[in-house]
Amino acid sequence: MEKQYETVIGLEVHVELATKTKIFCGCSTAFGGAPNTHTCPVCTGMPGSLPVLNKQVVEYALAVGIAANCEINKSCRFDRKNYFYPDNPQNYQISQLYFPICINGYVEIETPSGKKKVGIHEIHMEEDAGKLIHDEWEEVSLVDYNRSGVPLIEIVSEPDMRNADEVIAYLEKLRETIQYIGASDCKLQEGSMRADVNISVREEGAEEFGTRTEMKNLNSFKAITRAIEGERARQIALLEEGGEVIQETRRWDDAKECSYPMRSKEDAQDYRYFPEPDLAPVEIDDAWILRIKSSLPEFRDAKMERYRKEFVIPEYDISIITASKHMADLFEAAAAISGQPKKVSNWLMGETLRLLKEKEMDAEDIRFSPENLAELIGLVDEKVITTSVAKEVFEVMFENNVSPKVYVEEKGLKTVGDADALQKTVEEVIAANPQSVADYRNGKEKAIGFLVGQTMKAMQGKADPGMVNSLLKELLVK
Amino acid sequence: MITDEIMEYVGILAKLELSPKEKEAAGKDMDSMLQYIDKLNELDTAGVEPMSHVFPVKNVFREDVVTNGDDRENILQNAPGEKDGMFVVPRTFD
Repeated sequence: MEKQYETVIGLEVHVELATKTKIFCGCSTAFGGAPNTHTCPVCTGMPGSLPVLNKQVVEYALAVGIAANCEINKSCRFDRKNYFYPDNPQNYQISQLYFPICINGYVEIETPSGKKKVGIHEIHMEEDAGKLIHDEWEEVSLVDYNRSGVPLIEIVSEPDMRNADEVIAYLEKLRETIQYIGASDCKLQEGSMRADVNISVREEGAEEFGTRTEMKNLNSFKAITRAIEGERARQIALLEEGGEVIQETRRWDDAKECSYPMRSKEDAQDYRYFPEPDLAPVEIDDAWILRIKSSLPEFRDAKMERYRKEFVIPEYDISIITASKHMADLFEAAAAISGQPKKVSNWLMGETLRLLKEKEMDAEDIRFSPENLAELIGLVDEKVITTSVAKEVFEVMFENNVSPKVYVEEKGLKTVGDADALQKTVEEVIAANPQSVADYRNGKEKAIGFLVGQTMKAMQGKADPGMVNSLLKELLVK
Repeated sequence: MITDEIMEYVGILAKLELSPKEKEAAGKDMDSMLQYIDKLNELDTAGVEPMSHVFPVKNVFREDVVTNGDDRENILQNAPGEKDGMFVVPRTFD
């Protein structure tokens, strides 16, 4: 019988924190500045410069740790990880090895066989490196240190996952939790969330883990899935041939769907960690932990549960709305103002999702206010504008958060309530379309739809379709 | 005891190329430093908290407020070379 293999996967996830400044200096973390315009002696590693810890980094790390059911190391320290590379101007990265801020946690994921806990080994704080650009014309590299010193947390899982689906579920859970806290936007493509995947295989039922490899350069969920499947197959093939898996770091090439080793053997990976003498210890007391705990938001699972009770909207809507805290906040506020949760949900599920997709935006990027959405719903309810005009107004509101009332007034988009004007248009439409009129009179009821359409068109969408419909019927039976 | 292998390895880590003569001298120096430090092992440190910091301070923080502006011109004065507002370094590979 063929051997059955089990895949064992653990993750190291780096998350860039949403602080305004770097972890150890007052330089901005804003994305997209001209090279080296957000740098100072601290984040370029100049001799004599001294780091001072950004308190917000500790608060975000604590919040994520508490949300991930971790124990908090009440006395946590920083350590130096020593290596030479030009993206790291100090020749060491300030990180945490001996006393990381959070340990022994877990998150719960959904799997086909029910809920499963994925253990969190630790969460530690550290600084990001600069960005290397390889010069196209000369044999040199160029370094931009704007990203050097941007705060990261690294979340190290236990080797508790067994397939790509579980890995994706785990990552989605982390992302959702961290986004709800507001500690990061967690965008894989933009690198504010990065996952390194440790993977090994072993025969089904074996106690011991196999030798693992670490896969890097995974910047989408799809790439992660393909890399896991590719690496599983590579390791099994090696073992089947009687070979051995070598513990190494491999770089995944998603275009070629294969990986290759990143570091040669001569390149020693010996980081010689030692305690960072330039930073004072961080002592975290119960009061601080309690304060962070009480500031945590209602997370997605709890929110979904509450929506099921509070709002009469479909389960699908609930799951989409709560996938983004920003959308959930928007929904709740607009539902409260308008008193029409179902209609708010319809606007979010329909036009909002359509425009987000069309403009390749995330829910987090929605700019219109709940007040304006509620106002738009009110305008339709009070029959001030028609649904088709409302869609047009919505598109403008989506773009620049205009007040629908003001916009409708300015552009003269109000439904024409003037019965005489409407009657005149309907009569013209009847006169101009004898065929449809005849069809309708001969019992082809659908023909009225065309006449309604023609009238709406003549009125530039500003007529109430219900009124048009009844007026047409009235005039056609004459 | 600092062996030749250790010297070789330390050289790789430090990215230093030493002549055989320099290696021997450095090895001797390191040996004597280690012996000196070894004295500490004679102390009974059971029950003593490991210390990473000599001053009795803790929780020294900055608020998350931008205090530094664009100081690129000055910062680039420290670079070994400059091009397009960036530090020029020997070509590196991933």
